[in-house]
Amino acid sequence: MSERTELTADEKAAVAIGEYKYGFHDEFTPFFQTGRGLTEDIVRQISAHKSEPEWMTEFRVKSYRHFVDRPMPRWGANLDVIDFESIYYYMKPVEEQAKSWDDLPDGMRETWDKLGIPEAEKKYLAGVGAQYESEVVYHNLQEDLKKQGVLFLDMDSGLREHEDVVRRYFGTIIPYNDNKFAALNSAVWSGGSFIYVPPGVKVELPLQAYFRINAENMGQFERTLIIVDKDAYVHYVEGCTAPIYSSDSLHSAVVEIHVADGGRCRYTTIQNWSTNVFNLVTKRAVAERNATMEWVDGNLGSQITMKYPAVILNGEGAHGEVLSIAFAGKGQHQDAGGKITHVAPNTSSVITSKSISKDGGRSSYRGLLQVNKGAVGSKSKVVCDALIIDDESRTDTYPYINIDENDVEIGHEATVSKIGDEQLFYLMSRGLTEEEASAMIVSGFVEPITKELPLEYAVEMNRLIQLQMEGSVG
Amino acid sequence: MPDLSIRNLHASIDGAEILKGLDLEMSKGEVHAIMGPNGSGKSTLAHVLMGHPAYEVTDGEVEFKDTNVLELEPDQRARLGLFLAFQYPAAIPGVTVANFLRMAVNAKRRSADGEENPIRIPEFRKMLQGNMEQLKIDRSMTSRYLNDGFSGGEKKRMEMLQMAMLRPEIAILDETDSGLDIDALRIVADGVNSLIGPEMGALVITHYSRLLRYIKPDHIHVLVEGRIVRSGGPELADELESDGYTPYGVAEGAV
Repeated sequence: MSERTELTADEKAAVAIGEYKYGFHDEFTPFFQTGRGLTEDIVRQISAHKSEPEWMTEFRVKSYRHFVDRPMPRWGANLDVIDFESIYYYMKPVEEQAKSWDDLPDGMRETWDKLGIPEAEKKYLAGVGAQYESEVVYHNLQEDLKKQGVLFLDMDSGLREHEDVVRRYFGTIIPYNDNKFAALNSAVWSGGSFIYVPPGVKVELPLQAYFRINAENMGQFERTLIIVDKDAYVHYVEGCTAPIYSSDSLHSAVVEIHVADGGRCRYTTIQNWSTNVFNLVTKRAVAERNATMEWVDGNLGSQITMKYPAVILNGEGAHGEVLSIAFAGKGQHQDAGGKITHVAPNTSSVITSKSISKDGGRSSYRGLLQVNKGAVGSKSKVVCDALIIDDESRTDTYPYINIDENDVEIGHEATVSKIGDEQLFYLMSRGLTEEEASAMIVSGFVEPITKELPLEYAVEMNRLIQLQMEGSVG
Repeated sequence: MPDLSIRNLHASIDGAEILKGLDLEMSKGEVHAIMGPNGSGKSTLAHVLMGHPAYEVTDGEVEFKDTNVLELEPDQRARLGLFLAFQYPAAIPGVTVANFLRMAVNAKRRSADGEENPIRIPEFRKMLQGNMEQLKIDRSMTSRYLNDGFSGGEKKRMEMLQMAMLRPEIAILDETDSGLDIDALRIVADGVNSLIGPEMGALVITHYSRLLRYIKPDHIHVLVEGRIVRSGGPELADELESDGYTPYGVAEGAV
């Protein structure tokens, strides 16, 4: 019997809590903010406030101009509803980053407690960064990892303390003009994580970053850069929540990752924004010779998410994986998937996407598999499965495949299913209520992905899915 | 007073009437067999008793332990003590046998007002292992996904394992012998026999009398065109085996 059997009772207990439980907010006057809307002057203000080097200011301004000129993408979700003028682009909540949770203002400290971050840090994390609005307000890394040369800082500190490394990689994997929202992030970025893992160092416990939006109409634009050196390993986990407001907030992150020869990086996201948040994120990794990059991407919250974590398999023998779960409930559109580019020979990749749509929600799988000329002996497998809970909901699949090399092995499977009456009847005939039976079928559907998560996150993911399923049976 | 009383039961699916006034009474501790040709309504009876939503009950009553079960959802019927061993159990990919069984056992232990009383893990494991040994089910089965890619025989044993874990008061066995070779049939029958007693009765639905050599019925009922046309003792099985259903007006080809 697997250890996983132990979960059910805890999960069930947690389910009793109710609907979106992170919708509360703190009454809070930020230390500094730039006001609503965005101009070139505001971009310069942000840079000046952070006392950045000249090259970064110029990078921001260049990015801002591109953002303004670049038309809105028309190929995915409808983004015309975003009111860029109402957004606050930079809000610094407190003057100084805390080294101890106790140093944070009371209200904010309570928020982190409610989110369970300090407790998680004690129990199973090697390091934690906690971002509130635009800045990382708490940061910590275990001493032994510091001694081994691991760097885990917020991005602003990374730029101040390791400018040469940042300058070498920043904006190279995702250029400022990659897309409109990458340009926006490049212009106004603040916070996020900077990670460097030295050759051969394996960080056994996950590093976690938690992103919290508190204010109404907030724009959060964290920027993350992870460099995993030769034969090193790190697992980075991010979580995110926000209060429920009647008007919209915007979250637009950029994440760049470089995995050197033989290294391995796993990046896990459990996205649970409230349903007034637009989540438009660009994530891309480069994997060198025999390196492995894995994206585990869970999208449960937000109003609209557009996110396609990418891996460029740049060195021979590199391996890339994208495991993606999307749950689209009422009023939600999850447009998620993955992108893999095989550049070098004998590279391999797997994209596994699972989506669930209910109560009129819409989920789309959008993926690109590109095999360049010369990537001989490459192998790839794409599997996307969609589960539709009711007749009002919708799912679409947009699998783009470009193969410029003959000597390759490519597999693609897509299925769309509904929760079967026979499955429901079968489980109910064993005493499970209709809700329990539906939730069980859905948990089983996403199991290939939740089993890849560390235990604590698997519990969290299952709990969130069960919450989403509550009240869905009519 | 019998534990289960079926009176004048009429049921249809997609507008076609399948059960046309069926009567049956049975109690815990008894084994009743329902035999009949294809299309006589055997599986319909099993599904209607368990509350499958595709079937509409148009007339009649079903009382179990003084409760009108026709008003209950399938899960409520299960918690009251009814069990259906499916002829074609559904697969639930991604849900391990162990997890499913624990959820089901805990659902059964829940009180009428929803109070949870979850089974302790060591107790659950012991119970599971004991029952699996009896049914000669390999331990690796618990980490497989429920019925997903199971062979016909594995599915039937899984149904028996569930029955053993859930301890129903009346178990309906729908064509449990179909798809089983003789060794598997013996194991399954031993499993059923070990449960039949003062605490459990069985309603064994079968086309052929083969199963009844291993699970001995107290009563046999012949079902033809949605009605019980004859009831008798165990000797009726031999008669049906030699004469078939033609004496009941069923054409040879329909058997």
